[in-house]
This record gives sequence, structure tokens and C-alpha cells, in this order.
Amino acid sequence: MRSLLQFLARNSFLFLFLALEVVSMTLIVNYNNFQRVKFLNSSNRISASIYKTTDDFTAYFKLRKENEELANENAKLRTKLQKLQVAEIFGSIDTTRKDTTYQFIPARVINNSTNKQYNYLTIDKGALDGIEPDMGIIGPKGVVGLVTNVTDHYSSGPSLLNKRWRVSAKIKKNAYFGSLSWDGTDYQYAQLNEIPFHVELAKGDTIITSGYSSIFPEGILLGVIDDFNHNSGANFYQIKIKLSSNFKTISNVELVKNKHIKEQEKLEILNNND
Amino acid sequence: MISDLLKYTSMLVVLVLLQVLLLNNIQFSGYVNPYMYVLFILLLPFETPRYLLLLLGFMIGLLVDVFSNTPGMHASAATFMAFLRPYTISLISSRDSIEVNIPPRLKTMGFGWFMRYTLILVLAHHLFLFFIEVFSMSGFLHTLTRSLLSTVFTVVLIVISQFLIFKE
Repeated sequence: MRSLLQFLARNSFLFLFLALEVVSMTLIVNYNNFQRVKFLNSSNRISASIYKTTDDFTAYFKLRKENEELANENAKLRTKLQKLQVAEIFGSIDTTRKDTTYQFIPARVINNSTNKQYNYLTIDKGALDGIEPDMGIIGPKGVVGLVTNVTDHYSSGPSLLNKRWRVSAKIKKNAYFGSLSWDGTDYQYAQLNEIPFHVELAKGDTIITSGYSSIFPEGILLGVIDDFNHNSGANFYQIKIKLSSNFKTISNVELVKNKHIKEQEKLEILNNND
Repeated sequence: MISDLLKYTSMLVVLVLLQVLLLNNIQFSGYVNPYMYVLFILLLPFETPRYLLLLLGFMIGLLVDVFSNTPGMHASAATFMAFLRPYTISLISSRDSIEVNIPPRLKTMGFGWFMRYTLILVLAHHLFLFFIEVFSMSGFLHTLTRSLLSTVFTVVLIVISQFLIFKE
């Protein structure tokens, strides 16, 4: 017993080092399993309020660009509105079947990264504003991320630039669907997988969300095809997508709330029992 | 003693804030991320007890982790670096060149010594960090290149900071 204690004492430096590494590795591995250590992410109060303060300063420098984007979006919405008004005059809208599945909540991004393999966003709205885990985040130019952690005033989650997250996507012109993922290299490009060879593709084809995932409604912009090729021996195309959102300048976003998500999941669980 | 405590605490706070607010947003072509907060571990006095070195390394790593959503990654890398520090010092110094009461600085130890010291430890830290981040050996060269380029960037920043701020 005594020699064991002596051995431990003589090598205490090594053992302390190993103990600290074990603690770190435990954190890393738990994190990999998506079992977040709730306390150790940027939606916790102290770090979130520091980020909020810096964002309040830097937001001023982005105002001009932001305004332009918002004005563009306004214009788009106004055209849509006009079309609807015209349609209303002629009574061709069936008001009994209005789609109210999705609700949108505006918010600001207060922390964001693009330079890691697993990038995350923090947002200045939380549980008190009606935010729940599994809500989608969309920006003025399309899909941005997903909420996974929520505190009273803040929430955070992976952005599209996160190797652990895939989005169900489809090609707008022919509705073939696959999954969009990011390979961890360039923040402007992502990959579309699982599109079979017989599908006709062209550079510049628009990629939108499929609406199959219950997180995003159908038709939210993801990007356009930048390049694609056909490796012999593979069953699917390799498609490179130029993302529509610029993740370096993301600031104003909307959170998508699917009011029927529970209902849809309940139904889909029945299929999993097979 | 108290003034030392104050000095190193403020150094810790400044380096963590510099890292998470400024340097984490720097990126060249997806390759280069400087991690200058490791300067804290480099600058601790020679007579720092070894267990304290490990604990401080772990602490600053964990602080950076909390702000960048990477629980454990920086903590493990910084602890590893703190573990290597005593061995590195004895490796690159002759027996009588280390005097008590002189902190490891570029001014006091000379450019050559400080360069070797910084290069070895920063490289060890970055290699550990980037390989922990991808958590696999696939894309080995890609990860290696990222570590090497980032090391160069971090070392340059550290040397510049030595000329600018820590004049004493």
C-alpha cells in the first residue's frame, strides 16, 4: 500500500495530466453524441451576454448591407402581396384552406463562426419568446441553421456549416430529393448527396428544402448547383452547391415554428415500429 | 506576490477575450486559425509549480471552449501543452541559464531561445487540437497542413506581441 502511494506521489504530475485529459476527452465524446453539456455552450448566460454586447457594437457597421437585404426582401414580399390582392378581387383564393402550419419569429444572430469543422450560432431569442429545440433558422437568403439548446433569453444550435447536420433538399425543377451536407472546407460551398445518375442536371439549378423533415417548410432556398460530376463506380452524382446565404455576414434571421411537429412525429414513429 | 497574481489574472482575461472576440473570427481560406491564448501558458514564471501549470492550462482551455462551443477540445490541447512545458524548457536550456525570478520572455531569454520554446510548444498544441477536432486520421495531410500554417501564424502573432506589449 505504501509503495503504491509513493509511486502515485512520485508521478503526481503525470497522473494529474492524465486525469485532466480524461475529463477533457469525456467532454469531447459526450459532445460528439449530441448529449450536450448544457452548461458548457454559448447559450449560457454569461458568455451570451458578452456576445450580445459585442454584437450591439458591430451591428452598426453592418447596417447598410442589412438595410439593402431587407429592402430587397420587402420588395419581393410586396410583389407577392399584390398578386394575392389581385387574386382576392377575383375571389380565386380558398380561404378555408389557408396554410398555418408554420409560424415565423424574427431574431438576431449574436454569435456565429465559419472557420471550424462544427460551426454553431447563438441567437438572442429564447424560451420566453416561444423558441423550442428543433426549430429551423432561416435568413433573408435561405436556410441558416437549427436550434438545439434553449435558455430563457437565448438559444443556440448548429449552422448549415456543421459536419454533423444534414438538410433534406431537392432540385427545384424536377423535385428529386437528396440530402445537403457540408464537408468542412469552404464556407461558401456544400454538397448535395443521393441524387441518382438518371436525373438531368445543369449548372445553376436551384436547390430548395424538400419539406420532408418537419423542421423547414418546403421551398426555402439553399443554393444553386455550382458543379457536378459522375464518378465511375459510384451510384450517385457528386454535386457541389454554392450556398445562397453568406454565413460571414448573417445577422437578421427568422425562426420557423412548425405547429404540427408533434403530430407529424407521432405519426412517423408508427412507421419505425416495423 | 499579489501584484503577480493580478498581472497574470488580467493577462488571462485579456488573452481569452482577444481569442474569442477577435481571433476566432479570423480565417484565411479555411486553413489558418491563430490560437494566441496559449501565450498565457508560455509566459508563466519558471518557478510555477508543475501541477499549477496543468490546472491553469486546463482552465484557460476550458474558458476558450465555453465561448467557442467546443467543450473539451481546447482544454485537452492546452493541458497537453502545459504538460510538455517543463520538458521543453529542460530540453532547450543549458543547466545554468534558468534563473529564478526571471520570467520566460523574449527580452530576458533572447530571441533564439524564445523562438525554439514557442515553436515547439505551439506546434504541439496545434497538432493536438486540430487532430482532436477532426477526431480521425482520415484527411491526415489536410489536418497537418492546417496545423502547420496555423502554427506559423500563431508564432508570428506571439513574437509581435512580445515586441509591442510585454516590454517590462
